[in-house]
Amino acid sequence: MTDALWYFARGSGVVALVLLTVVVALGIGARSGRTAFGLPRFAVSLLHRNAALLAVVFLVLHVVSLLFDPYAQLRLFDVVLPFVGNYRPVWQGLGTLGFDLMVAIVVTSLLRHRIGARAWRAVHWLAYLCWPVALLHGLGTGSDNGTAWLWTVSMICVAVVLAAVAWRLTPNFTRFPHRAERKVAPRLRPLEEVR
Amino acid sequence: MTRLHIDWTACDGRGLCAELLPELLAEDDWGYPMARDGSPSPTVPPALEPNAQRAVDRCPALALHLTREAERPSAPTR
Ligand code: HEM
Ligand code: SF4
Repeated sequence: MTDALWYFARGSGVVALVLLTVVVALGIGARSGRTAFGLPRFAVSLLHRNAALLAVVFLVLHVVSLLFDPYAQLRLFDVVLPFVGNYRPVWQGLGTLGFDLMVAIVVTSLLRHRIGARAWRAVHWLAYLCWPVALLHGLGTGSDNGTAWLWTVSMICVAVVLAAVAWRLTPNFTRFPHRAERKVAPRLRPLEEVR
Repeated sequence: MTRLHIDWTACDGRGLCAELLPELLAEDDWGYPMARDGSPSPTVPPALEPNAQRAVDRCPALALHLTREAERPSAPTR
């Protein structure tokens, strides 16, 4: 029974990482002129959002199963407070940090219309910290570190995100590469600041 | 009466709204939305309100808002 928790925790952690990778790749690609899989843009946007929510579900399952796991000996505050754990505190702390970042990114995204585009975007860029932190946590902590399959999964995740970044950096990435930069008349700038 | 308000200082011409509301919006040559009826804030018929709400929710630049006016134009609700 206790082993079942352990397997479940590892499995849900890997699923959360894979989903997070999909979310990050879709986020990076969102501005593209050609959308992922030829889907309409709004569908890609929904996929990004819903995959993120699903990743949160698996992350919660991952953490909750470890809370009840007799080996991990996770205390409640280990879930939110990084780098103070009993067991491989640094690697486990990366997981905690990733969890905190993820919660911040998702909560601000769900409240996007409430908090405004600037604040939302500032928090959303933490995704570029959240994903590598989650990846390192997966590689370094737990009983699967160094196993071939976890390395394989992790390297595929890295390849997917690097491919998305490379794609975004190509000159014709956006819908209208030749469109002039959006200029806002100085008269309207104050409006833009508060948005 | 519901209107779709487009904030032009925020809109980035990303085209999600025209996909969701083809009945109401077309795109200009640079991907910015244009109301088919030529008005700056097109009226949203009740049948299109759910899609209009989706467009508001999905707009990556938060440039869209729905405004609801009372039937008598002199008494706006907000
Ligand atoms: C409810 C959850 C979420 C919502 C509603 C949401 C929404 C969005 C939106 C609207 C964009 C802008 C896309 C565009 O410019 O067209 C975006 C971009 C992005 N998102 Fe999310 N997101 C969510 C969760 C996440 C999570 C959990 C991550 C990763 C940890 C993430 C990573 C990204 C990245 C990397 C970008 C690209 C940012 C950039 O460089 O401009 N998102 N997201
Ligand atoms: S979805 Fe938003 S940013 Fe994109 S074209 Fe419509 S109003 Fe502009």
